[in-house]
Amino acid sequence: MDAVDGPLLSIRDLDVGFRTDQGTALAVRGASFEVHAGETVAVVGESGSGKSTTAAAVVGLLAPNGSVTGGQIHFQGIDLLRAGRAGIARVRGKEIGLVPQDPMSNLNPVVRVGRQIAETLEDNGVVRGPAARRRAVELLDEAGLPDAAARAHQYPHELSGGMRQRVLIAMGLACRPRLLIADEPTSALDVTVQRTILDHLDTLTADLGTAVLLITHDLGLAAERADRVVVMYRGEVVEQGPALDLLRSPRHEYTRRLSAAAPSLASARLTPARPSPPRDAPDTPDNIVEVDGVTKVFRLRGPGLLGRGRDLTAVDDVSFTIPRGTTVALVGESGSGKSTVARMVLDLLTPTAGEIRFNGRAVSGARRDRAAEVRFRKQVQPVFQDPYSSLDPLYSVHRTIEEPLRAHRLGSPDRRRERVEELMDAVALPLDLLRRYPGELSGGQRQRVAIARALAVDPDLVVCDEAVSALDVIVQSQILHLLADLQQRWGLSYLFITHDLAVVRQIADEVCVVQGGRVVESGPVDQVFEAPREGYTRALLDAIPGRSLDLGARSG
Amino acid sequence: MTTETHALGPHDPLPARPGPDPEAGASIWRLAARRLRRNPGALVGATIIVLFVLVALLAPVLAPYDGQALPGRAQIRPTYIPGPSADHLLGLDRFGGDLLSKLIWGARASLTIGVLSTLLGLAGGLLLGVLAGAFGGWVDMATMRLVDLVLSVPSLLLAVSIAAVIGQSPRAVVIAIGAVQVPVFARLLRGTMLAQRGQEYVLAARSLGLTRRTVTMSHVLPNSLGPVIVQATLMLATAVIEAAALSFLGLGGGSPTTAEWGRMLTVAQNELEVAPRLALWPGACIAVTALGFTLFGEALREALDPKTRTR
Repeated sequence: MDAVDGPLLSIRDLDVGFRTDQGTALAVRGASFEVHAGETVAVVGESGSGKSTTAAAVVGLLAPNGSVTGGQIHFQGIDLLRAGRAGIARVRGKEIGLVPQDPMSNLNPVVRVGRQIAETLEDNGVVRGPAARRRAVELLDEAGLPDAAARAHQYPHELSGGMRQRVLIAMGLACRPRLLIADEPTSALDVTVQRTILDHLDTLTADLGTAVLLITHDLGLAAERADRVVVMYRGEVVEQGPALDLLRSPRHEYTRRLSAAAPSLASARLTPARPSPPRDAPDTPDNIVEVDGVTKVFRLRGPGLLGRGRDLTAVDDVSFTIPRGTTVALVGESGSGKSTVARMVLDLLTPTAGEIRFNGRAVSGARRDRAAEVRFRKQVQPVFQDPYSSLDPLYSVHRTIEEPLRAHRLGSPDRRRERVEELMDAVALPLDLLRRYPGELSGGQRQRVAIARALAVDPDLVVCDEAVSALDVIVQSQILHLLADLQQRWGLSYLFITHDLAVVRQIADEVCVVQGGRVVESGPVDQVFEAPREGYTRALLDAIPGRSLDLGARSG
Repeated sequence: MTTETHALGPHDPLPARPGPDPEAGASIWRLAARRLRRNPGALVGATIIVLFVLVALLAPVLAPYDGQALPGRAQIRPTYIPGPSADHLLGLDRFGGDLLSKLIWGARASLTIGVLSTLLGLAGGLLLGVLAGAFGGWVDMATMRLVDLVLSVPSLLLAVSIAAVIGQSPRAVVIAIGAVQVPVFARLLRGTMLAQRGQEYVLAARSLGLTRRTVTMSHVLPNSLGPVIVQATLMLATAVIEAAALSFLGLGGGSPTTAEWGRMLTVAQNELEVAPRLALWPGACIAVTALGFTLFGEALREALDPKTRTR
């Protein structure tokens, strides 16, 4: 095969269509790019840009209602679109490896991981029987899974997300493919894990001389990892070129916006919370929230009916304060207990020990009377992570935003309607969306509705629990701008829960780094970013993709 | 999605995806109705249901004879039952009743029993399910153990026992079938309510300071009803079959000449060799009605499935 000159993979004028209720929708329109042997090419775009569809078309794994309606895909000179089902199946796995996005759902839960890799080897006729099992262990070891021989006998649920992703990488590379397609290989993982896995993938594919087609939504990550970057927008390739050139001098409008929005590349807070810190008199700190030595212990159910329960300390002696009108960020990886803190501040969970004070008064769960609870609820509002589950699907946008006003009997119906329209305006949503239902809105629009609902009761504190994590970078940047703008106009205070340090830099004044339920480091954002004291904070900072890139004079 | 441009920010000149959005302002229920109209299974099911309901409603107009009438009494011999003729399109039964008329009146009896018993089961199930799903804790525990207890008895056996205790009457059949359905609905509703309670919109509603009752009644319950409604449609099919089974066992009361599909089957089994059509026709009616409700129920399930909802 090496005799074939030219690119390893060549995609020309690719059109992919999906049959839907409303007729055929083109998901990819006239996409063209090439991957040469041993090269890493990243395809970047937001969700719905057609990047994953393009990859699926290459390996013939489009959804049942999708089909290639035009163009050509050549792999090592073979026309994959004419190769037929059997032809593609021969290439897939053996010549083109695939690392799918979600390590949680892409392994068979009832088969030991070693067996799953051995199956790959046997199916592709590489080796069989005991030799395949031995090879599987070697491959797991190679993918960086510690203690591979023992792990090979474990089931997927016994492994962490990072380990499962390594299993998938071992599987993708099992047959020594010439090309590895990695579709968002680390998006579901914590940043520090993401970094080690990508590092490992880099060295591995470099050693093996495997070309990599990396699908990602993160321009910073793409620029850091790839030789060339292909930018897709709404099904079309809008720009491609060497990674650094593309970042330094993006030609297409969309690339410019993408690189401006990428949080990993930003370097400063969006807008200062206040023009100057007005209430910094040291003797009377004006804190809207004081969290004082708070601990939360969950009782886990033991095995069986009479099994003894186990205690899990999710939050361990956490203290911090939120000065009025500022943003404090709690940053940490999944399982660090940061969301539990948020729910205690919202009084949706009661602390096991310690106290949370809001405006100087204790937030104390069930002991307060109804009137006090309503008063508290009106002052503290949440915005949650998942814009798909945080809105009631049966409520129209108008009803969603109006609900808090109606529940607390604020104003007449006419006055409420005016207020809803004001709020829509404040979150920059057009009024004709009022009659729509959440199912018909984009992720960004839904999050704006959630913010409008939170602001309806005129709160002082908004708790944003991963409020921008599920959004595409550009939408994420717009929501962050909106939040910063609202803070400046209405003097809001934010408690911002996130796993993404890059977001912290854009929105927060102070940051607490949480690990294993404890605050390991806290301080003003600039100080923590410039001179982190703890190793863990440094590891988190280093893991921000694109941080190592020298982009010269950029302003955030 | 012309509105998308707005979300992208005011300063950018990128083109928006053209074309109006045909689904603007549609709730989940309206989207489901739209999806139902495109599903051939739903259309067939709905046609069958509508047809049988019309027949049941218009029985006095459609049926040539009264349900209890025995117009062909004189033609019956111990070894001979007259088949289809101009006077009696589907022939006569053992006692000289007109088979077509009895089928038509039987639709009325069977559907009434099916619908009433399902409504009864639905009402009981909603009550217990809301109780368990809304309060949780020991209320949930007690309710669900009770439900488990009932579920552990085979449903037909339970229905037979209940009908035997109450006595032989159509009312007993309705109560027996309804009681058997209660645990199914209760369990389903409690399960979906628990799942909905973990959703972030419920947390958001609680954070708005709404009372627990408001959160349950205006958010959790409406969002949990979809699967229950689907189940009710499917249960209607089972209810029609079970009603026939209980009548077949003689628990529905009435005389051998009563126009009810299950009852007709009971009588027909003695003449299976002489006149198999006496069993085939009511059997087919039961099967087709059940099929209609099942097809429609399955289609409804698909239409309401969150995985197929437009996001």
